[in-house]
Amino acid sequence: MSAASPVEVDPNVAPDEITFLATPWVTIVWNDPVNLMSYVTYVFQKYFGYDKSKAEKLMMEVHEDGKSVVSTGSREEMERDVQAMHEYGLWATMDKSE
Amino acid sequence: MSGFARHRRSKLIIANFTGFEADLLRSLAAQLVELLRNEAAAPAEHQDPFEAMLDFSGPTSEPEDPVLARLFPTAYPEDEEAASEFRRFTEGSLRDGKADAACAIIDGLEDAGLPPELTEDGLMIDVELDEPTAETWMRSFTDLRLALATRLGVEEDDGEYWLSLPDDDPRTQAHDIYDWVGYLQETLVDALTSR
Repeated sequence: MSAASPVEVDPNVAPDEITFLATPWVTIVWNDPVNLMSYVTYVFQKYFGYDKSKAEKLMMEVHEDGKSVVSTGSREEMERDVQAMHEYGLWATMDKSE
Repeated sequence: MSGFARHRRSKLIIANFTGFEADLLRSLAAQLVELLRNEAAAPAEHQDPFEAMLDFSGPTSEPEDPVLARLFPTAYPEDEEAASEFRRFTEGSLRDGKADAACAIIDGLEDAGLPPELTEDGLMIDVELDEPTAETWMRSFTDLRLALATRLGVEEDDGEYWLSLPDDDPRTQAHDIYDWVGYLQETLVDALTSR
C-alpha cells in the first residue's frame, strides 16, 4: 500500500513540454520511387485513422521533402507503427524526436 | 483489361483477367513466396535475360539481397543493436505475412478458374474479392512492385529512360510488367476507396 505524498508542480514546465517528455519517439516514412501516392494516402488513412486531408498532407511531405514524421509516441508504440508500415511496404524508420 | 472496380450491387471488388494475365500474376506472386520462404534460393544458371529480370527469387544472402533489404528495412538507421533486435522480433512475422498475402493472390486466381498449367486460349478469369481480401491483394501488389523495381533499378522520375530502351530489350518487357502491376494497384486503391 502507499499513500500519495504532497507534490509541488513545477510552475516552469509548460504542458506541451510534459507531453514532449512522455512521447520522445517518432515514426518516419521515407520517399521511394515505387509506392503510389494514392496507396500511401490510403495507408495513412487506414492504419492511423487520419482524415483524408491529413493523410494527403503527410503523403505530399514524403513525396516532396523526402520524408515525413507520421506518428509520435512511446518507443513500443513506434515499433508497432514501423512494423505496420513495413507490412504495407512503406520504407519507415524510427528515431527519438528532436 | 480494365483493372479493378467495385461492383455496384454486391459491393465486391471485381476484375477480369485474361488467362495470360492471371498466369503472369500468379507467377510473380509465386516467385515472391519462394524468395520469402527460401532464403537459400540458389541463383538459377540457365535463364534467358527476360526470365532473369523477372526472377526475384534469385540469390538471397539476406539481408544483403536488395529485394529483401527493401521489404524489411532497417528500423533504427543510427543504432545497430536496436535495429537487429527489431529485426529479430519482427522479420519472421513480416515474412510470413507477405508470403501469405502473395499466396492469397495465387489462391484467388486458382479459385476463379486458373488451371495449374495454362493451355487453353481465350480463357477469362473473373475474380470477386471481399474487402479484406482485396486489401491483402493491394498490399501484396506493393511487395511485387518493390521486388520488380529493385531488380530493375527503378528510380524517381526515370520514365524517359525506360521509354528510350528498345522494345526488344528484356528490361523494357519487365518494366512494362512493373507498370501493369502499378496500374492494377492504382485501380484497386480506387475501388477500395469508392463506396
